[in-house]
Amino acid sequence: MSIFKHHAKVETNVFFLAVGILLTVIVGGLVEVVPLFTIESTIEKVDGVRPYSPLEQAGRDIYVREGCYNCHSQMIRPFKDEVERYGHYSLAAESKYDHPFQWASKRTGPDLARVGGKYTNDWQVRHLMNPRDVVPESVMPGYPHLMRALDQSTIVGNLTTLRIVGVPYTDEQLKNAKAHLVEQATTTAGAESAIAKAYPKAVVGDFDGNPQVVSEMDALVAFLQVLGTMVDFTTVDHTKIQR
Amino acid sequence: MTLETISEFFRSLWGVWLMVLFLGIVFYAFRPRNKDRLEEYGNIPLRDDDDKER
Amino acid sequence: MSTNTDAIVYNEDVVKKFVLAAIFWGVVGFLAGDFIAWQLAFPVLNLDLEWTTFGRLRPVHTSAVIFAFGGNILFSTSLYVVQRTCRTGLFGGDGFATVVFWNFQALIVTAALTYVLGFTQGQEYAEPEWWVDLWLTVIWVCYLIIFAGTIMKRREPHIYVANWFFFSMILTVAMLHLGNNLAIPAGFFGGSWMKSYNIFGGVQNAMTQWWYGHNAVGFFLTAGFLGIMYYFVPKRAERPVYSYRLSIVHFWALIFLYIWAGPHHLHYTALPDWAQTLGATFSIMLWMPSWGGMINGLMTLSGAWDKLRTDPVMRFLVSSVAFYGMSTFEGPMMSLKAVNSLSHYTDWTVGHVHSGALGWVAFVSFGALYYLVPKLWGRKEVYSLKLVGLHFWVATIGIVLYITSMWISGIMQGLMWRAYDNLGFLQYSFIETVEAMHPYYVIRATGGLLFVLGALIMVYNFIRTIKGDVAEEAMQPSTAGAR
Repeated sequence: MSIFKHHAKVETNVFFLAVGILLTVIVGGLVEVVPLFTIESTIEKVDGVRPYSPLEQAGRDIYVREGCYNCHSQMIRPFKDEVERYGHYSLAAESKYDHPFQWASKRTGPDLARVGGKYTNDWQVRHLMNPRDVVPESVMPGYPHLMRALDQSTIVGNLTTLRIVGVPYTDEQLKNAKAHLVEQATTTAGAESAIAKAYPKAVVGDFDGNPQVVSEMDALVAFLQVLGTMVDFTTVDHTKIQR
Repeated sequence: MTLETISEFFRSLWGVWLMVLFLGIVFYAFRPRNKDRLEEYGNIPLRDDDDKER
Repeated sequence: MSTNTDAIVYNEDVVKKFVLAAIFWGVVGFLAGDFIAWQLAFPVLNLDLEWTTFGRLRPVHTSAVIFAFGGNILFSTSLYVVQRTCRTGLFGGDGFATVVFWNFQALIVTAALTYVLGFTQGQEYAEPEWWVDLWLTVIWVCYLIIFAGTIMKRREPHIYVANWFFFSMILTVAMLHLGNNLAIPAGFFGGSWMKSYNIFGGVQNAMTQWWYGHNAVGFFLTAGFLGIMYYFVPKRAERPVYSYRLSIVHFWALIFLYIWAGPHHLHYTALPDWAQTLGATFSIMLWMPSWGGMINGLMTLSGAWDKLRTDPVMRFLVSSVAFYGMSTFEGPMMSLKAVNSLSHYTDWTVGHVHSGALGWVAFVSFGALYYLVPKLWGRKEVYSLKLVGLHFWVATIGIVLYITSMWISGIMQGLMWRAYDNLGFLQYSFIETVEAMHPYYVIRATGGLLFVLGALIMVYNFIRTIKGDVAEEAMQPSTAGAR
């Protein structure tokens, strides 16, 4: 049995041992990861999911920076209680432009996949400033430092990078990114604004109560308010998204 | 044949392939012929030189 | 092959450095963990400062214990074991390994600082930004060169099985690290140089992340530390491993099965069902090699069980293997989709991780350290075995408090989330379930405090050991004469 002689080689030659180990550990990853890119049904075909607006993406970067994923998931599982508590279960399509994904693995706080529109801007700001002002039993940290001005210098570069990794921003959107960013946090035009046309369902307005400055708070709340609102589930063909 | 069916076909074979590999390793390790040689390797850490000094 | 013992020069200076670093980062990491545990019980401890919130400090804790403590333990033990079992000095000598040492410590400090300042990739256990990742890659390749180079110049014909485990850890962690950190720095395109975006997004990013995350547990915290078990348990018990043949099966089965199990972190998510099922199936099969390894470790003591009573260092080692058995039973159980539907997102997962991390990883590390420190500093035994015994009990009580409180809080919260009242409404609001956690968070943090206290007892013991002191005590270990 010559193949058993080979094991003796593996035991005595570090190169063969390395090859044996690598072959053993590569196969599982290939079989599980590669099909996710090739099998079409992995990401459901639903309408409405769009790239984040510049202000929302800046807010998302703050969400990542503050490590919100350590306590909040963004992934509603298809259980009766979760659907009643949080809304329709999450689709893969809804996070397809999320780099990195923020499904997370712990709910010290509630799931945020569909928190958009559940609370007013004012509530979100007060809650982020000091959670116990609005929810006395909360164990969440306060984030008063978010009232500082948002660094707008990197937004175009960040969105350009996101386009390289597959988020379909148009040239037009990149060109207007800075203007869109400021407009979303300051306009009073509501659904008539240019930003709401470029990014449907984007929530506009002055979020933090300080119209002079586009703050990190504005960005984070704009992000939270769009979470889970992009897909209109009343118009979705449910046979296509069944799990 | 789409990628999907190919992928499904292979998925059904992994169990068999895994079993063959596993049984191969078990057979190799527990073949009586190899017993003395392999168990002797267990003494490698104990043959450490400076243990004798103490 | 005959071994000329006089000619062998072992490079132990650098091993000593790694040992000291491991002890230091262990205490730092345990303290950070206990602090954030208290934050969950008393949120005022977040201090309303951006640098001290739970969200920024938790990665400091996880990286400090896994990569700083665990990493330095793996560096020290693997570089010690590979020299001893190959009967040769390190490839590249003390110098090369010392360069790796200082780079690794500097990297740890850098990573912690970047987290606190808010630079993160936002993926669990892979938080460091792209340039820290590149730096780590260079360090890791040097480690690989030292380790493989030492094996290549060995004077023992067979590569001892502990080295297989270490070697698979080094290779696989390299693969995982590269695969999960494929990110484009935004600085190249006018964005921030401190920010990058992973080339994968959404469901694909979820899969690569947990392929990485689960196997960081499987290879860094399991395979690597099994390497420790396969050397230090036989060494301290003064008998060869129970079955060397079983260890071969253990090795190949473990590394083959582990790599598939990642998707069990994504049960009932938007990951396709076939991948979830595959992950669960392999997770359950993983129970077999895990327990094969546990039996192999425990049975090494057969015929020498009295050492458990007489030698507290042995008690650490054996208990670690028992905890390993417990966690690797609980793990496959939690990967069953029905169980996971309850346990996922709750403290049960946190408790499970810590039964592995404190009970298995930290205990086997303590056992190895209590063996290594006297050996490396040329002492017959640690300063006080009684204090080792005290450390053992304080830490064990800490772990028991931790695990049991997290079991209760996790299962309770999971049940409360899905509870309905008589009228068919959800019975509890989310915040009511948070309130119910409070007492268990206090118990957990108390357990953590005991664990820190135990580690400080160890530090004291080592300081006295290194100074060359010997405590006057009645308890004499049976190993004293033979070692």
